[in-house]
Amino acid sequence: MTLSDDSLTTEGLAPSGAGPVLLIACGALAREILALKAANNWSHLDLQCLPAILHNSPQDIVPAVEAAVARHRDSYASVFVVYADCGSGGLLRAACGRMGVNMVEGPHCYSFFEGNAAFAMREEMTSFYLTDFLVRQFDAFVWRPLGLDRHPQLRDTYFGNYEKLVYQAQTDDPALTEKARNCAARLGLAFERRFTGYGDLSKALKNLRSE
Amino acid sequence: MADDDEIILADLDDDDLVAQMFDDLYDGLKEEIEDAVHILLDRGWAPYRILTEALVGGMTIVGNDFRDGILFVPEVLLAANAMKGGMFILKPLLAETGAPRVGKMVIGTVKGDIHDIGKNLVGMMMEGAGFEVVDLGINNSVEKYLAALETEGPDILGMSALLTTTMPYMKVVIDTMKEKGIRDDYISPVGGAPLTEQFGRAIGADAYCRDAAVAVETAKTWVARKHNQQAAH
Repeated sequence: MTLSDDSLTTEGLAPSGAGPVLLIACGALAREILALKAANNWSHLDLQCLPAILHNSPQDIVPAVEAAVARHRDSYASVFVVYADCGSGGLLRAACGRMGVNMVEGPHCYSFFEGNAAFAMREEMTSFYLTDFLVRQFDAFVWRPLGLDRHPQLRDTYFGNYEKLVYQAQTDDPALTEKARNCAARLGLAFERRFTGYGDLSKALKNLRSE
Repeated sequence: MADDDEIILADLDDDDLVAQMFDDLYDGLKEEIEDAVHILLDRGWAPYRILTEALVGGMTIVGNDFRDGILFVPEVLLAANAMKGGMFILKPLLAETGAPRVGKMVIGTVKGDIHDIGKNLVGMMMEGAGFEVVDLGINNSVEKYLAALETEGPDILGMSALLTTTMPYMKVVIDTMKEKGIRDDYISPVGGAPLTEQFGRAIGADAYCRDAAVAVETAKTWVARKHNQQAAH
């Protein structure tokens, strides 16, 4: 199966229909979840991804997740939501509670990739984060939606209070690291690469085996 | 050689010039707005009239189109930047010419949060509506908010947050105000992308404001109510 970042951004990924546990995830996590699934032979997990671009409009995440759960839950023994709070201000957790489904712990993927406890300890306020997916899709998620392609003079209005771009690397890919470094330069920020691997995402999915 | 279609602002009559300012604000043309403000001042317009009829009038259209999903954040920021250019000229003149002051607001982004785009827009629109605004900037502790209340004596304390992880700090500030017995001395609206009406109620804020236009209307209503209550006592 070949995955396109563009289609994960705008369309997501349909479930295959196999496996008693359905993961309803952000499209930005598709490659990481599939990599974990393959590495651990988690054949009991099926994956549906919602369009990753919902990242840019958190208010749309809750209704999209609710619709996906309602649509698929009868076809699976259980459903697990692979989103953190993701800017929903607690509304996604409340919705999952109402629907009786579990979700990943943490405020956002930057936190659970590093590990929620470790991320909270850093108390980093002036860092802007990118993951592997967001580095690849930087223009679609950051540059164009903020209008920086049309109005580059707005850059410091958005990023003036930031100091550095932290690239949270899930994989070792020198080309991606170079792209991330370039993203930092475009935003006028210092650059730091931090290898996180899959962090708490791995633990959250591993726990689903025993449920 | 000048373009045949180029509009000479100074050649327009007042109504057409204000209409052109609405267009120029919408398009984020700062220099044109600054030129037009100077032209209206030269024609004897009071600074307050330019502010309300031309700048705030134009930004109201921008705000409405943002609310309705016609304009997006980058365009609103460009429009705001253009308005800021006009305000910069008018601000010193407003005090000199006795422009009405509706009330005073202290505003700041909460501790742990560096995001200030929304806060800055609210501050600017509040100034446009005749409020004196004291901007505390970003990353404000409860101590800093309380110190500003003490020294500035505002009617309103506005708090902003963009992050799910920082928005609970608003409750820390409001609870501290309650502990000190000063909560009811101030109107306390809150705003920011992850906030909701429900969250605003849960933390004991007076209002949740989803955008700058709502913030201005809310502030006007609450200040008028406060003044009426004071008059009744």
